Amino acid sequence: MGELERRRGFGADVVTAELATAGLPRPVWRPWGFLRERLTMMGIGGRWAVILPPLLWLLIFFLIPLIVVIKIAFSESVVGQPPYMPLLTISPEGDVQMTLHLSNFIFLTQDHLYLDAYLSSLKIAAISTILALLVGYPMAYFIARSGDRARNILLMLVILPFWSSFLLRVYAWIGFLKNNGVIDNTLEALGVQHLIDALNAALAPLGWAIPPLPWAMLYTDFGVYIGIVYTYLPFMILPLYTNLVKLDGALLEASADLGAKPFRTFLSVTLPLSMPGVIAGSMLVFIPAIGEYVIPQLLGGPSTLMIGRVLWDEFFTNRDWPTASAVAIAMLVVVVVPLMILQRAQNAVVER
Amino acid sequence: MKRGLFIPIVATLGFIFLYAPIISLVVFSFNESKLVTVWGGFSTKWYGELFANPQVLDAGLLSLRVAAASATIALILGTLCAVALSRFRRFRGKTLLGGMVSAPLVMPDVITGLSLLLLFVAMEEVFGWPAGRGELTIIIAHSTFCMAYVTVVVASRLSDLDQSLEEAAQDLGAIPARVFFDITLPIIAPALISSWLLSFTLSLDDLVIASFVSGPGSSTLPMVIFSKIKLGVSPDVNALASLIIGVVALGVIIATIIQLRRPTKKAPA
Repeated sequence: MGELERRRGFGADVVTAELATAGLPRPVWRPWGFLRERLTMMGIGGRWAVILPPLLWLLIFFLIPLIVVIKIAFSESVVGQPPYMPLLTISPEGDVQMTLHLSNFIFLTQDHLYLDAYLSSLKIAAISTILALLVGYPMAYFIARSGDRARNILLMLVILPFWSSFLLRVYAWIGFLKNNGVIDNTLEALGVQHLIDALNAALAPLGWAIPPLPWAMLYTDFGVYIGIVYTYLPFMILPLYTNLVKLDGALLEASADLGAKPFRTFLSVTLPLSMPGVIAGSMLVFIPAIGEYVIPQLLGGPSTLMIGRVLWDEFFTNRDWPTASAVAIAMLVVVVVPLMILQRAQNAVVER
Repeated sequence: MKRGLFIPIVATLGFIFLYAPIISLVVFSFNESKLVTVWGGFSTKWYGELFANPQVLDAGLLSLRVAAASATIALILGTLCAVALSRFRRFRGKTLLGGMVSAPLVMPDVITGLSLLLLFVAMEEVFGWPAGRGELTIIIAHSTFCMAYVTVVVASRLSDLDQSLEEAAQDLGAIPARVFFDITLPIIAPALISSWLLSFTLSLDDLVIASFVSGPGSSTLPMVIFSKIKLGVSPDVNALASLIIGVVALGVIIATIIQLRRPTKKAPA
């Protein structure tokens, strides 16, 4: 084999010749040499052959759609198909006229439904995130402190529901939460009603009362909290676990040796050290919860306002595409952009 | 260190919280009675009813086709994107590409669905393509958002990768494409498989985006289930849920056993 060929790389002919002398079969044809020749002929360097397909795909199916949404948000709603007026009109004389309608955005600020929906989405997402943290933290801690074998099995148990259908997991809670559903029936069978009666007798002087069974839990905000916590719990547990498993047990022992009670150790050692996990997990629950549509639709009541649901109704029920687009733009500006900035800032901190 | 009982008790309650609804779902799928919360005797009639329902079967097949196609497209595009972002030093549009590929991760489904539908409508008006909406438009939409997840998984694997192997191959004269196919690809294969499976699951699971971009006559399985659920609980949905959960549980348990059996090999860093 000549030095030149050796330097140029393992040319297919050289490899084949060597294999033939060793009595081995010809190798199967591999596509890269051919691909490379073709692309070079077309004037596309190897790098651009890698970059262009995803770049073009995202330009067409991610960026342009957003521009279309912005365009439609500024157009006027009409009855028809498609139900909006074109932004650009060309008069018979050939003059191009562009009309930007701010009416959709003005409408958003005038009708307090939209502002209420934003605030309510933020509130529901925040409460659910805190609940998920309260449930997920002890679980993550428990898993991180288990033996090697048990840990793998417990982690699998946490991830397993994630692989099954999200919709069906939400559905499972309908049977659980509804009036005379599984929870009500179980509580009744356990005789909890007597307990409630006794408590109510004791609380009566204070003017408090626990409502009697069956409890209405489905079609309330409470149902939505349960649904969100249930659906996104794995996203809370996994980052917390990755963080807690790295926690040095010696620090906990040192704290205990210095006389701190377990709770004190938790507050001043474990919790501060696990803050990155807490933040990561909370973001992973909070972000998808804000735009959630399915959970408030199935478990929430008619008064459970969430912005994803408002957009859906505006689009499918009212067939008002411009208003739906304006809601989407406002949602992007108010919710998604700050989150992306926050994420970028967080990445910058992590990289440093 | 002294171990309290508080953590184990709360953790156990947490696992009960995770599994009780699923278990009750499976149990009540074998319920004779139409009422989903009152036990009326053992029966498998809801499973029979499920398989006799052509609407559910068609939707299931459509969902599987869409999931397989979009996972494959997402895998190819996402891997290219991950290679471009983590291996190429600087190129025009790198920031744009990075931003565009990570945005779907934080983008609410309703916005993704709405924007893609509006794009398809506008494209049909201007180019006459895609004519109507259905399987193709769902595949395009799912590929786009699954691609973001593939990129994240593959890019993180690429950044963990021992680059000296790739450099060695390059020093021996292999062209970049050959380095990728002979060295990088076999090493990142597990990440590729898991991101394909993740994309497949995400596509199979999506209701919101599919509802926006599908046309009349092409309803995916989640869309059919959703319209059934809106009318209230019904035992054949329980049967369907139990089947899905059974298949998934079996797959995950087998994968875990294989992983636990295999001695953990760690490449020397």
